[in-house]
Amino acid sequence: MIPTLQLFLIISSALFSIGLLAALSRRHAIFILIGIELMLAAANLNFIAFWRFGPQPQPPVGVMVAIFSIAIAAAEAAVGLALVIAIYRHYRSTNVDQLNQLKG
Amino acid sequence: MNTAAFVVIAIITLSGALAAATLPRLIHAALSLVIVFVGIAAYFFLLGAEFVGLVQVFVYIGAVAVLIVFTILLTRRDIVSNRGINWGGVIIALAVFVGLLWIILNTTSLTLPAPPFEPLTVKQIGQALMTNYIWPLQCVGLLLTVALIGALILVMEEKTE
Repeated sequence: MIPTLQLFLIISSALFSIGLLAALSRRHAIFILIGIELMLAAANLNFIAFWRFGPQPQPPVGVMVAIFSIAIAAAEAAVGLALVIAIYRHYRSTNVDQLNQLKG
Repeated sequence: MNTAAFVVIAIITLSGALAAATLPRLIHAALSLVIVFVGIAAYFFLLGAEFVGLVQVFVYIGAVAVLIVFTILLTRRDIVSNRGINWGGVIIALAVFVGLLWIILNTTSLTLPAPPFEPLTVKQIGQALMTNYIWPLQCVGLLLTVALIGALILVMEEKTE
């Protein structure tokens, strides 16, 4: 059994589903950020796998998209964690079920 | 491409991801996330994208994981009352996984072997970044600056009048 594109896609879809599980089912804000990071990593794995199994030679499009995606994920993590700290200072809690002041 | 390496990395990555999603203690989940990032970087090396693997290690493990650990440190009085799992999320995630799996297994063009491959050098990546991708590069630089300033403003101490 040689690793084919199918196996890489199965691995990355499993990673994406686990990230979705963490983002949807946990109540702690940092767990939700961890889930989002897992989903972004799964998407990056897809980009690189499709680039590797695509026709060769070609310009490194998949590699470029993955590099930009990693940079944007870093920015997202910085802003998200800053938001978590700001929410914690204000409410003394990071449980997302308690952040319901906008509820009508 | 090495099959044994693929299976070993798959086991490590997926078990790390499951641990990161389900462990009750936040710090354990953050450290499991590091294992997942190492596994993804190993996949990048296996797929011949060494530069992206190194960037993954530097950015995710060096910056994002450390940032998460620092945030846990700064909000650590809030550990209690975060247990309990929302079963609706579990069902949705399982449904998404089964749907994706069904689509992947029914697409026959995905089972072709990998084509022959000439390794991508860092020089090629740098040339592409400086020619075809110069505007995305500038935009990412601007985005990182804005994100840095925004994060600083968000965590600044609120002045009480």
